[in-house]
Amino acid sequence: MTLLLQILLAFGTLSLLAIGGANAVLPEMHRLVVDVHGWMDDATFSQLFALAQAAPGPNILAASVMGWHIAGGAGMAMATIGMLLPAAILAYGMQGLTQRLRGNTWLKPAQFGLVPLAVGLIAGSGVIMAQAAGTNWLSFVIIAVSTVFVWRTKYSPLWVLAGGGALGLLLL
Amino acid sequence: MAKEGEAEAPIPGKIELFLGYVKIGLLGFGGVGPWSRHVIVEERKWLSERDYAEVLGLGQILPGPNVGNASVMIGRRFHGLAGSLIATAGLYIGPLCILIALSILYELYGTRPGVAPFMQGVAAAAAGMVIGTAIKMGQNLRPPPELIVVGLLAVAGAAFLRLPLPLIVVVLAPLGVFLSLRRSWKRAA
Repeated sequence: MTLLLQILLAFGTLSLLAIGGANAVLPEMHRLVVDVHGWMDDATFSQLFALAQAAPGPNILAASVMGWHIAGGAGMAMATIGMLLPAAILAYGMQGLTQRLRGNTWLKPAQFGLVPLAVGLIAGSGVIMAQAAGTNWLSFVIIAVSTVFVWRTKYSPLWVLAGGGALGLLLL
Repeated sequence: MAKEGEAEAPIPGKIELFLGYVKIGLLGFGGVGPWSRHVIVEERKWLSERDYAEVLGLGQILPGPNVGNASVMIGRRFHGLAGSLIATAGLYIGPLCILIALSILYELYGTRPGVAPFMQGVAAAAAGMVIGTAIKMGQNLRPPPELIVVGLLAVAGAAFLRLPLPLIVVVLAPLGVFLSLRRSWKRAA
């Protein structure tokens, strides 16, 4: 019981620090689960994080995989709730605030001022992913084709993901 | 002008909202962001490009994944607290089931080498998918030049200088809001 409570508290703290998502708290997550609590070693931490990347969904779910590793299903539940709930309550309050302020003429332009940050960070994480994935000429071709496909067409991005996987299987 | 856009958009029912978010969560390989936009803006047209980008912008300055925060806010906008719960549950339920399966497989078999080339190809395609989404959003939104500069600074800070994300947000969020407000004041004057 105390272990589950510790998991809940550890990830609950991380939740409020995760401005910009999981990558922002990766160092702090490592410090908590490896150094402070000793729930796993370094190598296991990296492998579990990679495992979470292989699944769909927000990469904040790395917390869920760690919870599972520490204490099974109950651990996964505690880590997931801890990671999601505090941030979700804030977002809920923020939406209420924007609804209450809707009549104000400054609200829309103020909100639009955050848009370049959001779009810029999407592009930035794409570049970081490309730097990690671009290991040879073929992967650069896949990155370029996928970029143009998603940018210029309205087809489902699933096609380029499947195509990229198939090309990797055949040629890498 | 903004109100017109909101009035035009069809309001999804609760089941539709849930199923839309299940789809976003399940398809979100290599990052859920592009899928969230694809389903909400392009496929189901719940929000305009601009409305969606604004919700995402708010989601960005709050802690937590921006798409997760957007699910809470979009859910509340359409169906109050129930909507927030429905959208959030939809987003996470699929990935959680897959993660449970992966965790069990990981404990049983560890990592298998045959999967690596396939995952490498998927990772490359996912990188392109994320970059393509950002270009498409920028193109559709047509921000004024000074806001384009803010966006490019965010790219540089995150991808090339590798600054901590909270630092980028603390500096660029107020700057973007200030520049955007200044432009609207000038237009009003």
